[in-house]
Amino acid sequence: MPIQNRANKTYDVCIVGSGAGGGMTAYMLTQAGADVVVLEAGGWWDNTKDSKMLAWPYDTPRRGASTKERPFGEFDACVGGWQVEGEPYTKAAGTQFDWWRARMLGGRTNHWGRISLRFGPDDFRRKSIDGLGDNWPISYNDVKPYYDRVDRLIGIFGSRENLPNHPDGEFQPAPKPRCYELAIKRASDKLGIWCIPSRLSIITRSINGRSPCHYCGQCNRGCAVNANFSSPNVLLFPAQRTGKLTIITDAMAHEVTTDARGQATGVQYIDKKTGKDTRVNARVVVLAASACESARILLNSKSSRHPHGLANSSGVVGKYLTDTTGTDVAGFIPSMMKQVPHNCDGVGGGHIYMPWWIDNKKLDFPRGYHIETWGGLGQPSYGFGGGIATMPGSIGGGYGKALKDDYRRYYGSVVGFSGRGEMIPNDKSYCELDPTVKDKWGIPVLRFHWEWGDAEYKQVKHMQETFRAIIKEMGGEPLGDMPGRDKGYGIANGGAIIHVLGCVRMGTNARNSALNAQCQAWDCKNLFVADGGPFVSQADKNPTWTILALAMRTSEYIIAQRKVGAL
Amino acid sequence: MLVAAPLAALAISLEDVERASASAANVLQGAQQRGQAFRPKFFTAGEWRTVRTLADLVIPRDARSGSATDAGVPEFMDFIMMAYPDMQQPMREGLAWMDAQAKARFGKVFVAAAATQQTKLLDDIAYPKKATSAMKPGVEFFTRFRNLTASGFWSSRIGIADLQYMGNSPQAAWNGCPPAALAKLGVKYS
Repeated sequence: MPIQNRANKTYDVCIVGSGAGGGMTAYMLTQAGADVVVLEAGGWWDNTKDSKMLAWPYDTPRRGASTKERPFGEFDACVGGWQVEGEPYTKAAGTQFDWWRARMLGGRTNHWGRISLRFGPDDFRRKSIDGLGDNWPISYNDVKPYYDRVDRLIGIFGSRENLPNHPDGEFQPAPKPRCYELAIKRASDKLGIWCIPSRLSIITRSINGRSPCHYCGQCNRGCAVNANFSSPNVLLFPAQRTGKLTIITDAMAHEVTTDARGQATGVQYIDKKTGKDTRVNARVVVLAASACESARILLNSKSSRHPHGLANSSGVVGKYLTDTTGTDVAGFIPSMMKQVPHNCDGVGGGHIYMPWWIDNKKLDFPRGYHIETWGGLGQPSYGFGGGIATMPGSIGGGYGKALKDDYRRYYGSVVGFSGRGEMIPNDKSYCELDPTVKDKWGIPVLRFHWEWGDAEYKQVKHMQETFRAIIKEMGGEPLGDMPGRDKGYGIANGGAIIHVLGCVRMGTNARNSALNAQCQAWDCKNLFVADGGPFVSQADKNPTWTILALAMRTSEYIIAQRKVGAL
Repeated sequence: MLVAAPLAALAISLEDVERASASAANVLQGAQQRGQAFRPKFFTAGEWRTVRTLADLVIPRDARSGSATDAGVPEFMDFIMMAYPDMQQPMREGLAWMDAQAKARFGKVFVAAAATQQTKLLDDIAYPKKATSAMKPGVEFFTRFRNLTASGFWSSRIGIADLQYMGNSPQAAWNGCPPAALAKLGVKYS
């Protein structure tokens, strides 16, 4: 393959990936004056120009249904999916695992629900509490100042609650709950389940020149006025305005190159537009390509100094792979039939959530989960009324005027609960290079291995029982029977919750981890990882806010090291 | 374009609803005209007649809003068939099954059968829990057809106005849900 050298220039820093971690790193380092290049495997995206915010379903003949490149619907911002054409992954026999990849500027920050939860003090030291998994090499106090700064830089709403292990942040006012959410809260309160305002990175007050939310409920389409967080509009474009940032899209990174001393010299990528293998030189390399994609690049970066792949003398790259556990239950609530018509769009996501509320010492499983809720009078689009034939008390399907009335009567009468819990890393869940399969660019692909443990199954069983109890407390009826152990209590496939973490984990020494406490490779001091890869454990919280805080912390370390000439 | 949307005075009003209903009525007329001129890309002429008849049996016109064909559901279905080729064969086979059943029972294709004959056949396939196993192909087809009709109808201007969906509109502030909506659910803001 012909190799091009990008103008023989050497950048201060090359960042692979433009999502939360890459965006934050680019923002911090350019502010500090570094000359930075970002490689993004997908195309350009700018919410202010490309968003489908406020489109009506009838504006398109497809009515919001999915497309190949937008599996969550044609209006969804995120280009990517469980399968990316020409870029396969494989699974070991018996493994069920789904790997979501974004291929666009901003990566998966175009996809997520903006649920922006800090990890709590216990989440960094779970092994000390229950003996399982490993502790992080850092504590909540190490990360807290960065969480605070991320709150101020990006913006987040929430409420001060002083709950144990669910630290409050520097919150803007949270929007009032919707009426159906008040009904959920009433039931939760009766059952002793904490139910509090959500903590979302959607601004309800103007900050840093961004307009506040206008409550159209369509964050997933990309906010055309930047009222929510996505990497391009909040981090990358401001970074670009320093004049220090170069962004190269359609750049599929596949190898970190090293010199005779084993230090990183730059990144090789396939220019997807020309198919040419291209080189970019840099003094520091930061991988922020997503946990698994960063592991893949490291494993593909073999050299005589790094025969098992870069940063992998410990053999842990690809290991300790985790995802959030998940299961959902929907419930029909008779009192919510024939609602008074009103606009309940609100912000894009729930206005309430339930943080983990039980001491696991009282339960037969070790780790917790949080609950997300949904419901209301949502915008009708493709798929509307799909479950009508099985709704309790309906005519059972049918046709004609009675059916037409059923659709109306049941609109808004379903609420749902999604559990999102902490998985413990295990030896059977990991990724590695497939020995034979390559993608269309000739890059060896990942092969996944996956098994849930007993702890995860018991936790998901508890979710199912809890959600059904809340629905019954609301006077409702769960839709569908509770799945039994033979169906894993309805546990989602590994990867399906899109919180894939670990596999380039940090630790206390070079034998048990790939990175030190600064997310710096033990084996290669000018190589860093700034995505979900460094995570030692999950938590009962979504990971993005911690990815951002760690990326900010790592960036400051890089800046300090460059100042003293160590990088 | 979207950025320029004025953020003041955007709370939805009765006028908006009236405007939506009026535009729904315009579309209704348009759809009827389109029905004459439209050339389906997927459906054959015979299938097209069946689809139009069946769609209006699923969602007929009533006092509150127009029918599935008024809302352009057959045209929507034709688009979906072209966009998702996996759905073509089940649709084609299902429509053929309907005609075969109608011929066996009434000696004519579905659209040519009397209205009472058509609904008699639908009664056997439209209620999955009550249907006999012999009707399984028809039940599966009709369930898909009903869902597709609902998708097309309720996501149309007519359908959205009928449901009185009041969102998709920038709000200057979020004040929670209105008192009447809270009262219906027996909840209030503390």
